[in-house]
This record gives sequence, C-alpha cells and structure tokens, in this order.
Amino acid sequence: MIEVQHLTKRYGPFTAVSDISFSVERGEILGFLGPNGAGKTTTMRVLTGYMPPTEGTAVVAGFNLAEKPIEAKRRTGYLPETPPLYTDMSVREYLDFCARIKGVPRADRKTRVTTVMERTRVADMAERQCGKLSKGYRQRVGLAQALLHNPEVLILDEPTAGLDPKQINETRQLIKELRGDHTVILSTHILPEVSQTCTRVVIINKGKVVAVDTPDNLTSRLRGSETMYVQLDPMGADAASVLAAIDGVTRVSASSEPRGSALGLEIESDAGRDIRRELAAAIVNRGWGLLELRPMRMSLEDVFLKLTTQESDQPAEGIEPPAEPPAPAEPASDVEVARE
Amino acid sequence: MNNVLAIARKELRSYFASPIAYIVIGLFAVIFGIFFGVILLNFNQASQQGGGQAVNVNEQLIRPVFLNSVVVFLFMLPIVTMRSYAEEKRSGTIELLLTAPLTDLQIILGKFTGAMGLYASMLLVTALSMGSLFFFGTPEVKPLLNTYLGLLLMGGCFVSVGLLISSFTSNQIVAGAVTFGVFLILWVINWPAPFAPWPWLQTFLNYASIVDHFDDFSRGVLDTKHVVYYISFIAVGLFLTARSVDTERWRG
Repeated sequence: MIEVQHLTKRYGPFTAVSDISFSVERGEILGFLGPNGAGKTTTMRVLTGYMPPTEGTAVVAGFNLAEKPIEAKRRTGYLPETPPLYTDMSVREYLDFCARIKGVPRADRKTRVTTVMERTRVADMAERQCGKLSKGYRQRVGLAQALLHNPEVLILDEPTAGLDPKQINETRQLIKELRGDHTVILSTHILPEVSQTCTRVVIINKGKVVAVDTPDNLTSRLRGSETMYVQLDPMGADAASVLAAIDGVTRVSASSEPRGSALGLEIESDAGRDIRRELAAAIVNRGWGLLELRPMRMSLEDVFLKLTTQESDQPAEGIEPPAEPPAPAEPASDVEVARE
Repeated sequence: MNNVLAIARKELRSYFASPIAYIVIGLFAVIFGIFFGVILLNFNQASQQGGGQAVNVNEQLIRPVFLNSVVVFLFMLPIVTMRSYAEEKRSGTIELLLTAPLTDLQIILGKFTGAMGLYASMLLVTALSMGSLFFFGTPEVKPLLNTYLGLLLMGGCFVSVGLLISSFTSNQIVAGAVTFGVFLILWVINWPAPFAPWPWLQTFLNYASIVDHFDDFSRGVLDTKHVVYYISFIAVGLFLTARSVDTERWRG
C-alpha cells in the first residue's frame, strides 16, 4: 500500500532523512517511532506529497508521488503535527470546506461531515469556532478532516498529542477500528501507544531506520539473553554464588526493584535456555523461601532507548516521559551494563 | 474548476468573517464619497458658469473621480492580499491545502478569485454613485464600462503582485509593507522617464507603470496594447507565485 525506497530529504546542508526504505501492507497500522528531530515529520510530509524528496521514491496507494501526486493525495488522509484549522470557521463549516477540496461528491458531503463528526466525537462542538476549541477538540477535528474522504491511507502525526487520558484511549480505539479497511501510519513518542495500537514498528533515529518489526519481535529480538527475576526469603548470604553455580547462568546481580525486606536477584542465562526448573530446585533444596520467579522482559521503552542511544551513551534527549511509569527501565539498564 | 471556486469561496468567507472586508470597503466608501462629492460640486460650478465650453460628464466628472480612486486602491489592496499566503503558512493550514488533491494552480487561482471578489465589491460601491448620475444626466455608458474593465484588470495586477509577495513570508505585516512599497514603485516608476538618458529606458519606464496603462481605459479608449499588458502582468504574477510556492516545498 505504501512503498518507500531510498528516501532522502536534505534541507540545504542538513540531512533530515537519509536513505530510508520500508513498506506498509494494506490494513496495517505502522508505528513510526523516534526521538524528536529524528525525521518522522519529514518522512510523513514526503508521503503526503507536501514536499518532494531529495532522492528516492514513494508510492502511496499504488501511485508514485512524483508522477501522480493528485491521485495519491485523493487516497490519503493526513493529520499534521498542528491540526490545520481555520480559526474563524465553525467546525461544520471547516469540515464542509475540507470535503469540497478533497472531492467528496456534493450529494454525500453533508452526511460525510456528520458521520466523521460523530466518529471523532466532535459533534457537540459543530457550531463552535475552530479558534475557540480546546487542544483536545482541535486534535480531533484535525482527525475528522483526515477521515473525511474515507481515504485508503491515513497518515497521522502524533494523533494523541495534547489529549487527556480518556481522549487518548478513545482515539486509540478509533485508530484500531480503522485497521482493516485503512492503512495507517502514525508517529508518536509515547511507547505504550505503539505496543497497543500498531501491528508493526519502524524505529527511526537521526534520519535513519534503525529497526522494523512487530512490537513483540522487537522486544524479544533485542533481548540478547534471558533474564529471570527471583525473590527469596530469607536471603542466604551465599545465595548469589549458589545460583551463579547453576549450569547456564551467566550472571547474578542484585535487583534494583525495591521489595521490602526480601531482596530480589536478577539472573541472566544464555539466550533461548529455560533455567527456571533448575533455579527453583536449587532454591528449594537449600530451604529458602521462593517468593517470586518470573522472566523479565525488555519493554519497548528499553528497546527504543537502546536503539536510539547506541552511539552516544547518554539517553536520547527530547523523549517525553512515557504515559506509563517507566519502572522497568532501571533493571534493564543494569542488564545492559552487565553485558558489556 | 470546483476546486478553484471552493478556495475562492473560503477566501471570501474569511474576508467577510473578519473585520478586514468591512474596514476596507467602509474606508474606501468614505474616501470615494469625498472624491465624488468634491468633484461633483466642482463640476456643477463649472457647468453653471458655462461659458462657451461644453461640459462632458465622462471627461470632467467620472474620469477624475476614478483616477483619484486608483491611489486609494493602491493603499487598500495590500491589506487584502497580505494575509492570503502568509496567514496559511503561519497557522499551518498550508499543509491542508498542499496535501489535498489540488494543484498549486487551483489554489493560486482560488486565492486570486477570492481577492478579486473583495475588490469587485469595492467597485460595486462606486457603481452606486455612477448609477445616480444617470438620474440627473446622460453619461455615456460605453466609456464607463471601459473604465470598469480597466479597473478590474489593473486591480488584478495589484492582486497578483500581492499574492506573490505574500507567498514569500509567513509574516502578514512584512507582506503588507513590502506589497505597499512595491505598489508605490509600480505607480511612480514612469515619473523619472522624461529624464532617462537612453530612449529605451524611457520607453521601458513608461511602459512599466501599472497605473499609466489605466489612463486610456478611463478616457474610454479600449486599446489591446493595455489589455495585453495587464493580462500578461497578471499571468506572470500568478506564475511566479506558483514558482514561489513550489520552491517553498523544496526548501521545506
């Protein structure tokens, strides 16, 4: 549905996007992930025909943007980073204008406008001037505009920015409903959003694609080794060395997850090897209480940080705090240090 | 065509939803009223003193009124055109237009038509005064229509220059100020012509003045030379606007 090949975009001497290629199948929801300034918006602007690429080609809905931009645009809905609203128009007037320029047939115009207003839950503000809307409503009117002509391809630049948690949920729900008949590309730096809504992820950093995969594969692929978390009570002084002696264990370290008096341990083993039985047996044989034993998973956040901060060692700047508490980030960084 | 009309409609709508249309038309109506009143009274005096000379409504009333109005359009039209692209760029709505299934030309023609619509409603104000003359006298219709044709073409030149300048910037004030300056230059550019050291420069300066070409129209002379000048001026202005919008895309 969308085919991007060797796309490069330079602004003067500055390269915003450098030789990126990816494709999106019909009905997929592709998450575009990257720190601010990674080139997400630039890529989206190229895909919507807002600006031509310096090099490379983009084919959207079967039409090469360089050759048939109008046909491609007819089949694309686009929500830019700032919703493009005319502040002096009412929501209904605005959507009516959008319907006209997007070529919605005259006979359908009214019903289409009403349908998308209901779908994006802005119908109660239909007569309100766009300039007087709250951020959340602006965002959703922008989304309504993108859906208006029922496009095959939807390109959404941070569709949930500025929404409250309830609206974020509703919007994600709406995007999920679109899967199947629409092909969606959405950019975000809120990671749970990607794992919740997207079928595939493209992680982009400094204008280059660093990974393309499903959220699940990404997390497992990047986990070089298996990590178990165990919690013991009472802790034997030699627990760490005893467990480290088990066949397959590569490293044991104290977990930084605080758990009251009982201390947790993180146990790494060779990738693809399940050592849970051996671990449990060793612990029980010593007469220690086994309070918890679970595999630790690398969250998408860790993957993201790992991929986008490989060259510089400091965490990528400009990443907004994720919507959910970034608790798992700590132990994972521990893991990474250990691997080195 | 539908797309052009949709844009034109939106442009006109936003002129009339904001105070701009009312300010521009209202101020113009007042100033035009003063011109019309003063010149009418002058004309009355002259015709009562009579003497041997016959007086002509078209030559001595209508023409001077419109020649004076040209200067007012010069002041007013930058206010009309300064926002057209600048505001879209500032607010980001340009992204909506450039990603909609529209060609650049359709957008530009739409904006041009919208601004011309507002200009036409300014001319409509003058039509009321002109209409009243028919109750008290017998002005010739053809020269009057010719004058309006000239006004529309001249206004088109101003609007196309205004659109071009507006497409350079996202700052309305900058667009307005530069447009106004350029209009003034286009008005006075033929003033130094008599002192030009080379004949070709003299010809060029004389030919370049937008306002000068209107003179024949106001006299009731329809000369294709002037029509060609105006229409090619508008075409070049709109073409350059299209180039400017396209360049902006490449620069991003």
